[in-house]
Amino acid sequence: MALDKPYEDVPGTTIFDAERARQGYHLNQFCMSLMKAENRERFLSGERAYLDEWRMTEDQKQAVLDRDYNRMIALGGNVYFLSKIFSSDGISFEQAASSMTGQTRDEYRQMMLNGGRSPDGNRYVGEEG
Amino acid sequence: MARITAGVATSHVPAIGAAIDLGKTQDDYWAPLFKGYEFGKNWIEKEKPDVILLVYNDHASAFGMDLIPTFAIGCAEEFAPSDEGWGPRPVPRVQGHPELAWHIMQSVIQDDFDLTVVNEMTVDHGLTVPLSLMFGQPEAWPCKVIPFAVNVVVYPPPSGQRCYNLGKALRRAIESFDDDLNVQVWGTGGMSHQLQGPRAGLINSEFDQDFLERIVNDPEGLAKLPHIDYVREAGSEGIELVMWMIMRGALNENVKELYRFYHVPASNTAVGHLILENS
Repeated sequence: MALDKPYEDVPGTTIFDAERARQGYHLNQFCMSLMKAENRERFLSGERAYLDEWRMTEDQKQAVLDRDYNRMIALGGNVYFLSKIFSSDGISFEQAASSMTGQTRDEYRQMMLNGGRSPDGNRYVGEEG
Repeated sequence: MARITAGVATSHVPAIGAAIDLGKTQDDYWAPLFKGYEFGKNWIEKEKPDVILLVYNDHASAFGMDLIPTFAIGCAEEFAPSDEGWGPRPVPRVQGHPELAWHIMQSVIQDDFDLTVVNEMTVDHGLTVPLSLMFGQPEAWPCKVIPFAVNVVVYPPPSGQRCYNLGKALRRAIESFDDDLNVQVWGTGGMSHQLQGPRAGLINSEFDQDFLERIVNDPEGLAKLPHIDYVREAGSEGIELVMWMIMRGALNENVKELYRFYHVPASNTAVGHLILENS
């Protein structure tokens, strides 16, 4: 019997469940390697070569090179792992999160200062926001 | 006999740690948040706990994909701060309490909660930011800390009910320790926030306020809240709030609420803070 996944109809949200954890294993372990200063240095000075040391799919590698966080998440990445990439780039969680929303950094920051994104209209896929 | 005197709940946003480390706490953006922790700092200076059992989650720092324990207790003498990608935070190393931690392990596993023992691990912002909020920037942390890590990164985290029941088992464990110790239990993480995807930036103050109210006065009912409600209402990372249920389970049924604080935003997150005293 299939697993119950009640979270699949939450809009704009990817839950890092068993299937995604398996899919993103190598991508996420590559991210873990960036917790060492020497690896960050090596990655930033030759990204493609560094990525080729990991058993990631071509799509995963390209998403990293593009810093396309939504794509990385769709390919099994988890934000706490991916944070090692944007931290290596000197980018904050706020900036990284804003890059996934289609808002500019300033628009996003202002939205947060105004109390954040409302849950109204954002609970179910298809619900009008 | 060791006794649990109080519980503290607080969010543990990494940007708060950065604001402290970079001396920005009095900036316009941060000052209102840090004002909300003045009460707690004064309070804990008088309380002088001997040990804090600090419930938090590791954010893919000590635990990557190679090892994913649902509940892990740090039994070592010392824990260094993690390098989360920008170098370790300039905070003191955490001094553990191996005697109590091992005692808790033995008691709680016999009470049907299968803890993972960790002797070598670093501690990330999930643990160090709450310490900084409550103690500021001392040369050394003023008490021992037992790190208690809960998996909330890989779905599914433990349920609120299981966390609440675990809190009760932790209480039985702590109260059966012979040394006379003043122990606090902290629950950290939350409140509403989502760090990923087009819905990032979600904040649900109504949910958060209700959670703050119910964790004090209706923890039994709140424990029944299913995961999906946390995710849908409080954001994919808002599910960290289950860790507050461990803290609450370790306290008396009736507690005295000494302090409550709520603030939006800290980076992407709603910040909540409670101080509860066993009455």
